[in-house]
Amino acid sequence: MKITYPHMGNACIAIEAMLQKLKLEVIPPPPISKKTLEIGVKHCPEFACMPLKITMGNFIEALDRGADTILMAGGWGPCRFGYYAQVERDILSDLGYSFEMVILEAPDSRVSELFRQLQALGQNVSIWEAFKALKFAWHKLQVVEELEKKISYVHPRALDKRKAENIYDQALREIKETQDKEEIDQLGISCLASLDQLALRAEEPLRIGLVGEIYTVLEPMANFRIICCLGRLSVEVDNSIYISDWLNDHLLGGLVKKSHRRELVKCAGPYLNYFVGGHGLETVGSTVSYAHQNYDGVIQLGPLTCMPEIVAQSVLKRVSSEEGIPCMTLYFDEHAGAAGIQTRLEAFTDMLRRKKLAKAAMY
Amino acid sequence: MSYYLGVDIGSVSSNFVLIDEKQQVQEKLYLRTEGNPVRAIKQGYKELLEKRQEELDIKGIGTTGSGRHLADIILGADVVKNEITAHAVAASWFYPEVRTIIEIGGQDSKIIILQDAVVSDFAMNTVCAAGTGSFLDQQASRLNMSIYDFGPTALKSKQAVRIAGRCGVFAESDMIHKQQMGYPLEDILMGLCEALVRNYLNNVGKGKKIEAPIIFQGGVAANAGLKIAFEKILQTPIMIPPYYDVMGAIGVAILAREYIEEHRCNTAFKGDSFIIEGQFNSSSFECKGCPNLCEVVCIKREQEILAYWGDRCQKWESSLGHKEVG
Repeated sequence: MKITYPHMGNACIAIEAMLQKLKLEVIPPPPISKKTLEIGVKHCPEFACMPLKITMGNFIEALDRGADTILMAGGWGPCRFGYYAQVERDILSDLGYSFEMVILEAPDSRVSELFRQLQALGQNVSIWEAFKALKFAWHKLQVVEELEKKISYVHPRALDKRKAENIYDQALREIKETQDKEEIDQLGISCLASLDQLALRAEEPLRIGLVGEIYTVLEPMANFRIICCLGRLSVEVDNSIYISDWLNDHLLGGLVKKSHRRELVKCAGPYLNYFVGGHGLETVGSTVSYAHQNYDGVIQLGPLTCMPEIVAQSVLKRVSSEEGIPCMTLYFDEHAGAAGIQTRLEAFTDMLRRKKLAKAAMY
Repeated sequence: MSYYLGVDIGSVSSNFVLIDEKQQVQEKLYLRTEGNPVRAIKQGYKELLEKRQEELDIKGIGTTGSGRHLADIILGADVVKNEITAHAVAASWFYPEVRTIIEIGGQDSKIIILQDAVVSDFAMNTVCAAGTGSFLDQQASRLNMSIYDFGPTALKSKQAVRIAGRCGVFAESDMIHKQQMGYPLEDILMGLCEALVRNYLNNVGKGKKIEAPIIFQGGVAANAGLKIAFEKILQTPIMIPPYYDVMGAIGVAILAREYIEEHRCNTAFKGDSFIIEGQFNSSSFECKGCPNLCEVVCIKREQEILAYWGDRCQKWESSLGHKEVG
């Protein structure tokens, strides 16, 4: 069995680690490129959103490299994503590929169901080994996310931004290749140390919270590397969603760590009281929470035609005026309007900066 | 005399403005970019020199518009700014009380909301360019009329025809349908103006509180039909600034003046001979450094490489030293 999976930001680092510990031969899809999207666009319904098109491109590129099994996440609720694994299976079969598709669903009641799903996937592994595989992958993810948080602090402040980017990219590449827990910890520590040595500017950067649909927020190729662009504009970005949060809430049933989803739902309360699918409710809740934390602004991301984010966007208008936090929404599609995105980001950060100055001048 | 130069390189027009120390406009130039921004920048600067008939003492330069980085490379800018900030600065210089700016250019349209002369909210058109200058140009040429006659003809209308404005393609087919039904031209044109205003308010102005005083600027403000349509639908008088078509350039010239004053530095301006005499070339190649396969653009003057851009990792861009933008 040669297994593959879809890309989503740095998730591949953890997914690959887990699959290898389940004694599977992994054929990762090549990194997302223009070609990936081109293939996806060609074979997907036009009105579907970007995540379907990109993951479809991932699968085709991996199947062409010899993969014969696809691991995909399922889902539920009004967001179309839950249906994508089924649609992709049909489209790929119609294209003449022969393969097996394994869909990981959130366990209804007991987490042991998930271990059983993983055990069934692995080659002659015990439940204990399945548990250990998951634990190792989780550990790797923790190290990666610690680096993600560190770079989002250092990048906007660093005088030599390119050097910061290089240290971080290099560390991620090395962690991805390493299968030993101690070595991974060591790599994490040394990356944090090198980032700490960079010269930083004294002036405090603007702080912007990033909210929206998870795939678009986490996958840099789906959002024109917005976190990096903002870092280069000297803006500190706080990600409202991390992969570990999503896995914890959706696949592990809140087992591993305390979910802060309940808190976000509470924040959203005065504005939105209904699960609108996808991350719509979290988008509203996170925006309110950022306002409470005195962030300078919020940027909402979503794939074009994303229903949950459209609902959230219309609610954000009220949140923005009542909580006094500027919000901007960006939708992404296959069009390559990098210049348009850049202009909007520059204009938004410029606006926040001038507002901050005007406010400071008032006191 | 010393001046500050503001340059706005848009998709359709390239605008040049000279302001003096007191921020008074001394010269303005509105050219068509015609798909060749490098030529437009050179041409514009040359015409400016010819018009002034004097040695220009340039104290500072600002560039804006989608071609702002290119203009920076060729002219040497002190300030490179996005269009939103540039337009807001210019509008609040002429009208300190302004609350809403409607700006419609060649390819995009914006709404800017200000509070105490600071931008508090803005939006730009997203995926559709209906209602922008290039769409109006296209419709005028389809009707075999000059774009300059569009407004005056529309004003003759007594009863505007209802045209679907949700999308440029639908608007065009609806217009053709009304034309074949025999409606008079002026009523169709006025109907189109109203459709575009509705489209603008629903898409760009969606959910924004539009409060007076309202300024209408950008190349499309020349179209009197649109001004009337805005006033009719918003039920408020709309002001059009005297330099409505070059407001972005004025704004960025003001920003350049502020920057030079604040930093007490010399301009990065490259000088007449650098701009006029040399041959500028651009080429592009696919970087094979990683699977992103970025299309990198290279700008050269004679044999000298001036700039690279288009690479996501900035490997090429930063190879020549980096300049901060914002």
